[in-house]
Amino acid sequence: MAAMAPGGASSSEIYKGNASRLLLPTWVVIGVFLLVPVALMATYSFLTKEFRGGVIWEFSLAAYDQFFLNRGLFGDEPPRIEWTYITIFWRSIWQAGLATLLCLLIGFPTAWFIATREARMRTVWLLIVTVPYWVNLLIRTVSMKFLIRDEGPLNAMLLWSGLIDQPLGLINTNLAVQLGLFYSYLPFMVLPIYAAVERYDFALSEAAADLYAGRWTTLRLVILPVVKPGLIAGCILVFVPSLGAFLAPDLLGGAKSFMIGSLIEEQFKGAAGNWPFGAAAAMILMSIVMVVLLVYARSQTREAKA
Amino acid sequence: MTGTVINIDRVVKRFGTFTALHEVSLDIAENEFFTLLGPSGCGKTTLLRCIAGFEPVSGGQIRLHGEDIAPLPPFKRPVNTVFQHYALFPHMTVLENVMFGLQRLGWSVVDAEGRAKQALELVHLSQFLKRRPGQLSGGQQQRVALARALAPEPKVLLLDEPLSALDLKLRQAVRMELKQIQRETGIAFVFVTHDQEEALTMSDRIAVMSDGHVQQIGAPREIYEAPANRFVADFIGETNLIEVPVLGISDGMAEVSLPGGRALRCPTPLSRAVGQGVLSLRPERIDLCPASEADLTVIATDQVYLGTDIQLKAQLAGGQEMTVRLQNAEATRLPERGTEVGLKLEAGAARLLSA
Repeated sequence: MAAMAPGGASSSEIYKGNASRLLLPTWVVIGVFLLVPVALMATYSFLTKEFRGGVIWEFSLAAYDQFFLNRGLFGDEPPRIEWTYITIFWRSIWQAGLATLLCLLIGFPTAWFIATREARMRTVWLLIVTVPYWVNLLIRTVSMKFLIRDEGPLNAMLLWSGLIDQPLGLINTNLAVQLGLFYSYLPFMVLPIYAAVERYDFALSEAAADLYAGRWTTLRLVILPVVKPGLIAGCILVFVPSLGAFLAPDLLGGAKSFMIGSLIEEQFKGAAGNWPFGAAAAMILMSIVMVVLLVYARSQTREAKA
Repeated sequence: MTGTVINIDRVVKRFGTFTALHEVSLDIAENEFFTLLGPSGCGKTTLLRCIAGFEPVSGGQIRLHGEDIAPLPPFKRPVNTVFQHYALFPHMTVLENVMFGLQRLGWSVVDAEGRAKQALELVHLSQFLKRRPGQLSGGQQQRVALARALAPEPKVLLLDEPLSALDLKLRQAVRMELKQIQRETGIAFVFVTHDQEEALTMSDRIAVMSDGHVQQIGAPREIYEAPANRFVADFIGETNLIEVPVLGISDGMAEVSLPGGRALRCPTPLSRAVGQGVLSLRPERIDLCPASEADLTVIATDQVYLGTDIQLKAQLAGGQEMTVRLQNAEATRLPERGTEVGLKLEAGAARLLSA
């Protein structure tokens, strides 16, 4: 019949045609729940604050001004750079970066271990890794607090065993926040890497060994580059939510481990809030994430072209 | 006579309770195109992987120029492999793939690039240096895999069914080319295949394997015309296997009684007389003849047109099926279905094997 698709090209066109219609609900959801809120947030960041929370519909750059510049208590001094918020951002970035690195170092071997088990055991191991995450993040973070506080079981055990003679004083430190972030987002690292390693063709490792590459060389020159998309996906999935996290820093950290997420949260909660400032902080955070992702995307396309 | 490059000495390989190789012994000579041939599961790929070092042996020794390499990891063995599905590094260019082994051996980038380009020239792929494997056709990928394995000039090149993923036309073209490359480089090739035609056309010598045992080692002609046993006769080419009483055996010749009563003298690998034997009759060495001169009389049952040949199916008086191959010449007259036909056994048609 003449109407029959003669080859792969036209049949894939047929599938694409279907896909665009089937994707309509996705576009609606993305539009309503993603683009509109971001547009609202961008708008709010350029409005004037209302003291009881909310906004007055009047254009203002006050929020951004407050973020970056210090004009003294009464706003009449020459502007200097305001370090408070930049410091908070900087702390958030390195905390999130460190959490990502930790997750990568622990997550890669974990994912590798699971992906190299026999098929039946893989499911069991994946379940073991993900089960704790069926519990609400808040509850897990509070549990972590109870575990590591001075009177908690961790210190009790170490004291009892005689390894330490006074509590470690973990709670309310950057280290505690780090632990919280690492624990919160580990599965987001393990799962994409697992997916990449599971697809990995082990004949490539054999080929490398056959061509005189030792185990570490094979890991560095063959395995890691081939599973790189999984590593990158895992890093993005851990870094981005860690950057905006507020539960771990709120519950586990002290005044000196304040992070962006908490800063933004505070602006929208209670009477002390400042919506435009919170919105501006959120927009700045989003810009940083976008720039990082764009730089990565650019480097990828350049690599693909080369 | 050239020396032995690889000496496989009573190699045993077990996977759990399953024994894949039962004390396999064989020698591979320098400059030789050596083929491991057998049905799937016969142990040919396992033996190749033992030589490469991907599988540790459970017993026995593998000597390369006299030195036992069985304890060495794959990256310390001067042998290279062409993998069945090529296993090219997808994130590297063609050139980088071929340079990989050389750089691991400590070659400078400049030297490695020079040698890699030579290797790619040998397989006629010089124009694709900057491509990635994903941008090449199956045949081109196969050539890259070959160049990558040849570049470090291994003592032995191992090829694990490298042609199985190619289509028929390409496969036939690559066969001749592989053979030519083997001659040009002078490297010993150990080639694994289940395709007997591939084995017969390319090899200097073939080892026929089944169930983890070597059944016979010999030149293609020897394997085909003087099979050592029933398995080899049946696996290589087509054959008719007919049980016959043996009248006597002496000096490699046997005297047997054909169905229908005629006596026949034919070669045999057996040395002692046995009561019953299996006669292997190659279908292309059988011809039609008048009933008075016939060695065998059969009833024609069917015919299959194969282009160059015509296959005649027939039945012996006892009901046993037989196949005869006739050349498709203009003069070939085929018997009607159901008629009686006389068959003449030409020289070299028959060989007596143990039952």
